[in-house]
Amino acid sequence: MKLQKNTMLALCGVLEFAAQPGRQLSAAEIAGKYGASAHHLAKVLGRLRRAGLVKAARGSGGGYRFSGNAKRVTLLDVIAVFETVGPKVPRAPRRELERAVDQVLAEIDATARATFSSITLETMLKIARRPKAAPGRES
Amino acid sequence: MIHLNKIRGARRPDLAQVVEIDARITGLRKPAYWAGILRRYGGRDPGRFFLVSVLEKEVQGYVVGEVRDWEFGSAPCGWVFGIGVRPETRLRGTGTRLLEAICAALRRRGVQKVRTLLARDNALVLAFFRSQGMMAAPFIALERDL
Repeated sequence: MKLQKNTMLALCGVLEFAAQPGRQLSAAEIAGKYGASAHHLAKVLGRLRRAGLVKAARGSGGGYRFSGNAKRVTLLDVIAVFETVGPKVPRAPRRELERAVDQVLAEIDATARATFSSITLETMLKIARRPKAAPGRES
Repeated sequence: MIHLNKIRGARRPDLAQVVEIDARITGLRKPAYWAGILRRYGGRDPGRFFLVSVLEKEVQGYVVGEVRDWEFGSAPCGWVFGIGVRPETRLRGTGTRLLEAICAALRRRGVQKVRTLLARDNALVLAFFRSQGMMAAPFIALERDL
């Protein structure tokens, strides 16, 4: 499973904001951390702002802050702003084998959606803070 | 936050309230099922647990689980297969404390891991277990029509 570059940047950005809810962070600060251009990140933040997930702060400091509820906003809420998890375009009935492959792909999509929709930003931050399991040990 | 709820083993007089909580969550009343659960999990078997969270004689929630040995080729581990909290008292940590209590009991039985299984569209309970640090297990649930 791979997310588009914009989606990954948006997820990391939203998580950075959610981790410090009282603080305004500049786009340049986050762009620098994730190796993206400030221009690229500004576009991503614009879409998150229109989705109501971040607020742009005015004034000399400027920047952005998180405007959702980290206990309620899920990874899927953020991902859905940028891409669809699941079948992109409904396909017309096709050959038997293609339909069978579609059925398996739909199973994978359903699991991915369930996973993304069950992890809130707060839970994701907990996962990020958890100590890593020792190599070779299943966590 | 001060938690006044007491967590203890379920007793027969708790059953009607457990049935009511479950019915409010699932839309199904299952008194015979819960009587069976009390018989099998509310007794002296040291590897089986049916706990309730009680506040002023009112049951706020329940959790059921047990130690299972070598199922699906897995080393003995704990299973939680039922948890429910009165809808109007949610977001007060009752579910968290019930899960902590059963995990502590399972740990005392010597197991290192706890598992559960639930419908993938049950977003509320999935999010709860995720918030408690649970991740996908290395198993895949399969089924077929009979």
